Amino acid sequence: MQSASSFINIGERTNVTGSAVFKRLILNEEYEAALDVARQQVENGAQIIDINMDEAMLDSKAAMVRFLNLIASEPDISRVPIMIDSSKWEVIEAGLQCVQGKAVVNSISLKEGPEPFLHQARLLKRYGAATVVMAFDEVGQADTIDRKFEICKRSYDLLVNEVGFPPEDIIFDPNIFAVATGIEEHNNYAVDFIEATRMIRTQLPHAHVSGGLSNISFSFRGNNPVREAMHSVFLYHAIKAGMDMAIVNAGQLEVYDEIPQELRDAVEDVILNRHPEATDRLLELAPKYQGDGKAAKVEDLAWRDYPVNKRLEHALVKGITEYIIEDTEAARLAAEKPLHVIEGPLMDGMNVVGDLFGEGKMFLPQVVKSARVMKQAVAYLQPFIEAEKDGTTKSNGKIVMATVKGDVHDIGKNIVGVVLQCNNFEVIDLGVMVPCDKILQVAREENADMIGLSGLITPSLDEMVYVAKEMQRTGMDLPLLIGGATTSKAHTAVKIDEHYQHPTVYVSNASRAVGVCQQLLNKDTRAVFAEKLAKEYDTVRLQHARKKPRTAPVTLAQARDNKFTCDWAQAEIIPPRKLGVTEVSADIATLRQYIDWTPFFMTWSLAGKYPRILQDEIVGEEATQLFADANTMLDRLEQQGGLECKGVFGLFKANSVDERIVIENEAGEDCIAHHLRQQTQKPKGFNYCLADYIAPKDSRRTDYVGAFAVTGGIGEDELAKAYEQQGDDYNSIMVKAIADRLAEAFAEYLHQQVRVDYWGYAPDESLDNNALIREQYQGIRPAPGYAACPEHTEKQLIWDLLQVEERIGMQLTSSYAMWPGASVSGWYFAHPEARYFAVAQIQADQAQAYADAKGWTERELEQWLAPNL
Amino acid sequence: MKHTLLTLAQERILLLDGAMGTMIQALKFDENDYRGERFADWHCDVKGNNDLLVLTQPEAIATIHKEYLAAGSDIIETNTFNATTIAMADYDMQDVAYEINVAAARIAKAACAEYSTPEKPRFVAGVLGPTNRTASISPDVNDPGKRNVTFNELVDAYESATKGLLEGGADLIMLETIFDTLNAKAAAFAVENVFAELGQSVPVLVSGTITDASGRTLSGQTTEAFYNSMRHIQPIAFGLNCALGPDALRAYVAELSNVCEGLVSAHPNAGLPNEFGEYDMDAVEMAQHIEEWASSGLVNIVGGCCGSTPEHIATMAKVVADKAPRIIPDLPVKMRLSGLEPFTH
Repeated sequence: MQSASSFINIGERTNVTGSAVFKRLILNEEYEAALDVARQQVENGAQIIDINMDEAMLDSKAAMVRFLNLIASEPDISRVPIMIDSSKWEVIEAGLQCVQGKAVVNSISLKEGPEPFLHQARLLKRYGAATVVMAFDEVGQADTIDRKFEICKRSYDLLVNEVGFPPEDIIFDPNIFAVATGIEEHNNYAVDFIEATRMIRTQLPHAHVSGGLSNISFSFRGNNPVREAMHSVFLYHAIKAGMDMAIVNAGQLEVYDEIPQELRDAVEDVILNRHPEATDRLLELAPKYQGDGKAAKVEDLAWRDYPVNKRLEHALVKGITEYIIEDTEAARLAAEKPLHVIEGPLMDGMNVVGDLFGEGKMFLPQVVKSARVMKQAVAYLQPFIEAEKDGTTKSNGKIVMATVKGDVHDIGKNIVGVVLQCNNFEVIDLGVMVPCDKILQVAREENADMIGLSGLITPSLDEMVYVAKEMQRTGMDLPLLIGGATTSKAHTAVKIDEHYQHPTVYVSNASRAVGVCQQLLNKDTRAVFAEKLAKEYDTVRLQHARKKPRTAPVTLAQARDNKFTCDWAQAEIIPPRKLGVTEVSADIATLRQYIDWTPFFMTWSLAGKYPRILQDEIVGEEATQLFADANTMLDRLEQQGGLECKGVFGLFKANSVDERIVIENEAGEDCIAHHLRQQTQKPKGFNYCLADYIAPKDSRRTDYVGAFAVTGGIGEDELAKAYEQQGDDYNSIMVKAIADRLAEAFAEYLHQQVRVDYWGYAPDESLDNNALIREQYQGIRPAPGYAACPEHTEKQLIWDLLQVEERIGMQLTSSYAMWPGASVSGWYFAHPEARYFAVAQIQADQAQAYADAKGWTERELEQWLAPNL
Repeated sequence: MKHTLLTLAQERILLLDGAMGTMIQALKFDENDYRGERFADWHCDVKGNNDLLVLTQPEAIATIHKEYLAAGSDIIETNTFNATTIAMADYDMQDVAYEINVAAARIAKAACAEYSTPEKPRFVAGVLGPTNRTASISPDVNDPGKRNVTFNELVDAYESATKGLLEGGADLIMLETIFDTLNAKAAAFAVENVFAELGQSVPVLVSGTITDASGRTLSGQTTEAFYNSMRHIQPIAFGLNCALGPDALRAYVAELSNVCEGLVSAHPNAGLPNEFGEYDMDAVEMAQHIEEWASSGLVNIVGGCCGSTPEHIATMAKVVADKAPRIIPDLPVKMRLSGLEPFTH
């Protein structure tokens, strides 16, 4: 009923009670070598490995836990199920808490009666383990066929009926006892076992039968050929009877057919108890086979003949530490410098590991093992590297690592940490959810060489951008490493790198981290690496920029069909109280009330909202000082002059035609403002264009549009230069920053005046500065060159309409930048539903139509519309 | 409960819900939203503690549940992915974990009550997440035998969470996004302890995560090995979720479908995250994959993980409506052991 092919052999060598070698290794805590014993078992074909730590000199529970935890890191071993073997329940239970696979327990029995047996069985079911059940009860170990079967039957019924234990997870061990002991009662032990097995297998459905094979040949200790022959013969018959598992030395099983006929017959007589003299005959024959053992099985050491670099690679990939010192030494002798061994063959090996990992051909525990091998090799080389330190050898660096704020995932980061440590980097791991300031603070305090950020959830991407900005702001120059599941080269290149002017490196996996860190920390290679990286990122950015938008584009005609509109016939259009162009000026005393300070602090690279920033824990003090200095400067300007704020605006009759606004200038001539329309699919909104906020020509309503240009900077260059000449760079920058703010404040102030007074469409508006900053008023003032009207040349029309240069001296440069720098210009739209939007990407049809309308050449089209193409 | 669910599962393919985290993320809650009134003065940041929202923004969570119920979900998952004392310790909120489990189950239960009908009863699956620690992987390369969490610590954490979920009215318990099977075994152990203690049980669903191209869990097991490791709690359904999109996950769902003696569930991500952490696979494309799985007879329960939305679920519901559920195969009784690989005898 049972064929040998479905017979399971369980490795027995990792058993302190059965293997003197293994016992010595465990007692001496030579766990690596002990793991090799387990590995050999698996390599030799053990399908399950039995682990037993029952030794009086040992803390069995601690040893079991330690060894099982170590095995978990050895995929070559842990690929097979574990048999947790102990006579102590607490050791079994501790072992079960360490294995993720479905294990087998060896063993439980009715030795202490049904109570503990049922209790243990219930727990085993909860742990999810199969179990060996010994044919043992309150009376003792079963020796005869009847006792064996009776105890097994009783156990089976309790397990299946009382506990609901799956019968297929029950493995009976009906006790293999030694035969050929010279005691007559023992002669039938093998037969008893075989026959009991037959009954169990036929009468107790789905249950299995196993046993400890070596017991059978106990009388022939020291004569391995005879013992192996006995094992083979016994198995041959027991398997035929239904035994389907056994604890064996998988490397030492003689093939039944290859046992010499003479020996086989003698052994068979003993096993099957075929006649009374069987034992004596075997004893006579035994010496003849003594010492005729087969050559000891050696592990496959073919790789030891490889060239040394290949040997190192093999050791790294396989995680073998046994020969690593020897091989590292060989590589060192062959290398010009010990460091070259790390940078050459060892790193090459780690790169192979990285590639295999990336391809899914290695997985985590193996990579960590490889890292361990690497560490030993590096540790060995370290003294040699130290010894010849002459300024050209680099010291391995210090890296501060953290999972960014808001993220709690750290497995990947920990792996990178260990791999770096293996390569003698000093890793300061700040853990998870680390706020940016802490990362930077520790990096400074520890004088770190690098910062590594990790994160798995998507919001972490933004946090990384923030950290990069902060590093830039606080003037750090350390390389920044980016890693984690959601990070990518594209994101790093497009979103992070631009905020930090020192190397910002995306590291795709742990084994790449070492190479990257080494190149970054070596003075000679860092520049080259950074340059290469910058090029790579440029390419990535270019590719990214070319990517199709995620929302589908629509044609210009489709976009127009989805334009913003309103009931123009009914729309309330309020005519300006004063049409035409008006010059204005404002004093600093007025304008400083309208300043939005937050961007001022940003100019000085202090992040935070005003006024909260003044109390900020980190930058508060600096911000307060800066704020005081700015006000001192404003006081001085207010009292002594030197900076003039001038502006001009105009309010005109206007109507729209598609994307164009036809504006009647002061002379009564039609001028055309050209705008762009959003051209991506907007399932829930409109395809906006600024022209839509002006009544279309065919509505036959007269509508109005405004234009303005203001500057806070007449005289700013002179003032700045004067400070510069006095060696006062601080105030030189300060005056320009203040002029900028005054220009913005002027724009805000003037817009309010226009809404309330000059145009007067919102005469009752009453908003404080904070509300103004938050744009809680009706109408918008989009500026050419920004999102809603991104095309810069349109400023020329404003200049023409308002005669800006003639009236107030503001100029446009050839690239349509405004001078003085502290200037703002834009359009006024009064429509109650007018809002800001971004034109973003447009399509070729609109670009061409726009160029045609403006009378542009193709080159001009490309020049001015590039950001939107 | 088990009977009802099994009867329904014989008639049609059942629907889980989709992503909770993705939906929460879209709400763009800030630190103060997360804190709510009760935790306004909490001593560390809590933004990102999504499970806390069942206490501080219960309406928002209820709304998400209802959107999924409206989309057709038969089973919705409680917002308790990290609500174990172990994972909550990251926010120093281990003492709130129990309460979160109770509240999360209550919110889900109330939402189900609104949508449940005799023809289409709705169920609350109380979620036990993987925690952020691994019981079978060392945090220290120099000491591969080291562990930063023990089986017993996990059992304690999971027992508490399970009790909370049951107190809040969970109809089912779901161990999901399992990347270290030993953690899940501890969870299963805890769940059985609680069932024994309370003298009552609810059906259990188990769902693992294949993390990469090797086709293995993070702790190294193949799908079938993982199945063998968790089979002992006789889950009503066994499945795979997260980490991969439906395209990459199919092979493992198929593998599971061949070996699983109960219902098979699958709730993949909406594709893989792109470089910006967004999930690109739209509802139609995802539903095409699910439809093919259903036509191939691979699944009994389907849903979505990261990146999926009520739209994904609604679209899925349409395509599986007329598809026959997978027929549970009649497998021979065998001892199914495992290490990292399965060993069936």
